[in-house]
Amino acid sequence: MSLLVIAEHDNASLKGATLNAVTAAAKIGGEIHVLVAGSGCSAVAEQAAKIAGVAKVRVADAAHYADQTAENLAALIVANAAGYSHILAPATSNGKNTLPRVAALLDVAQISEIISVVDADTFVRPIYAGNALATVKSADATKVITVRTTGFDAAANSGGNGTVEALAAGPDLGQSKLLGRELTKSARPELGAAKIIVSGGRGMGSGENYHKVLEPLADKLGAAMGASRAAVDAGFVPNDYQVGQTGKIVAPQLYIAIGISGAIQHLAGMKDSKVIVAINKDPDAPIFQVADYGLVADLFAAVPELVAAL
Amino acid sequence: MKILVPVKRVIDYNVKVRVKADGTGVDLANVKMSMNPFDEIAVEEAMRLKEAGKATEVIAVSCGVTACQETLRTAMAIGADRSILVETDVELQPLAVAKLLAAVAKKEAPQLIILGKQAIDDDANQTGQMLAALLGWSQATFASKVVIGEGKATVTREVDGGLETIEISLPAIVTTDLRLNEPRYATLPNIMKAKKKPLEVVKPADLGVDVAPRLATVTVTEPPKRSAGIKVADIAQLVDKLKNEAKVIA
Repeated sequence: MSLLVIAEHDNASLKGATLNAVTAAAKIGGEIHVLVAGSGCSAVAEQAAKIAGVAKVRVADAAHYADQTAENLAALIVANAAGYSHILAPATSNGKNTLPRVAALLDVAQISEIISVVDADTFVRPIYAGNALATVKSADATKVITVRTTGFDAAANSGGNGTVEALAAGPDLGQSKLLGRELTKSARPELGAAKIIVSGGRGMGSGENYHKVLEPLADKLGAAMGASRAAVDAGFVPNDYQVGQTGKIVAPQLYIAIGISGAIQHLAGMKDSKVIVAINKDPDAPIFQVADYGLVADLFAAVPELVAAL
Repeated sequence: MKILVPVKRVIDYNVKVRVKADGTGVDLANVKMSMNPFDEIAVEEAMRLKEAGKATEVIAVSCGVTACQETLRTAMAIGADRSILVETDVELQPLAVAKLLAAVAKKEAPQLIILGKQAIDDDANQTGQMLAALLGWSQATFASKVVIGEGKATVTREVDGGLETIEISLPAIVTTDLRLNEPRYATLPNIMKAKKKPLEVVKPADLGVDVAPRLATVTVTEPPKRSAGIKVADIAQLVDKLKNEAKVIA
């Protein structure tokens, strides 16, 4: 039995989310291959070959894979799907964009955002914003799966000795063209990979306050910065800060929720964090029901005090 | 240009979900049901395109039980011109819904299909992409801005780390993200008007689609409960706990 993991990368380096998907593949069991589709992506292929447990890296290098457009990528995956019992990708925006297309072309179901593997056909995935866990069994010949990265540890990115082979590129379908990207530039760690996250909600009052109050704390802790949907909707910060059912799912060592009431959809994105701290002036805020340490206080006084105490 | 807007009837987003004691699913008895919030955004976007003169007709379509007619009436109260219900009592999974929608799309020949990026019940985030694949169309998922041009559309997408703008050829599928627009409320006169708009009912067999589920649900359970911890008195105690008890900061 062989499994194919779709690598997440930016043509220059392999993204950490791939390592979690490899661990999920290893739990299912079988020979693990990694597909790297990109343009000028040989460095990515070399990194993928070093992942512990990876037997083979297959590289499709062509200009029309540079931007990871779903139409071209899905066609390539389907053309090379023969012989694989499972096709997995991390549940990143690329993975979520492309894999359902692969599943439909193969006429199989997709199993979205698995958080654990029961056996080769059976998986656990959250539904209803994580308020229930469904164990589902697939009867399809090929299992197409996206992997919630917080559900699996990262595989070691060294020690592996996979072979690298070139794969013939498919045609450019020409249905989609990237015009530009506006990525948030930040020296801070990525939300998905951070060990500590400082997150602000509607209680911050404004975008200006959000930055003025939370940045010193994030700087001190070397933390990533997140936000609740309420803070995003209020325009305090861009949407890629959003933690929750409709934003990013995170599970850092320490999650500090500041001025966040704790709506169900926010809890869905952070309740698997190891330690949760909540600072909120409302003693009845639902966030306190999941927090390991709660402090009822005015955040504008408490956060600077916390920065000073660290 | 015709726009097709698939809408799903789901448990209302304000309802606290309860897992059934026998582990077969969640309790939907006497629970308020509403249109999936992302699909509401899709209907609103279609209406804005129609009001801007980019679209001539907006058709809402839903797949599921008879009660989905209510969801379609809501879509028509927001402004959809007519609607189609693909009626079945079978549990529909995303692949089956995509096949039903593909069959409807082949009949109606829309230039654009706008739907929510995910439904808040199964959180699958699949149907739009699957539909695009089955029709061989281009796709723009997680849209926060849609501009229709001549035979093409420019769509800004919410992606990890920021935004990405792509140009896709029409016909195409667009799936909506939260910030695309703020849906309007249906007014009472429009709710009354919606009752008279045409609603066609078809069966999966009429469309020649096999809707049998591919995934069997073995069990549905409650997630492990996270219990409330303690309230600390002040910052000094908080720092002490984080350093010495939880050991998450140095």
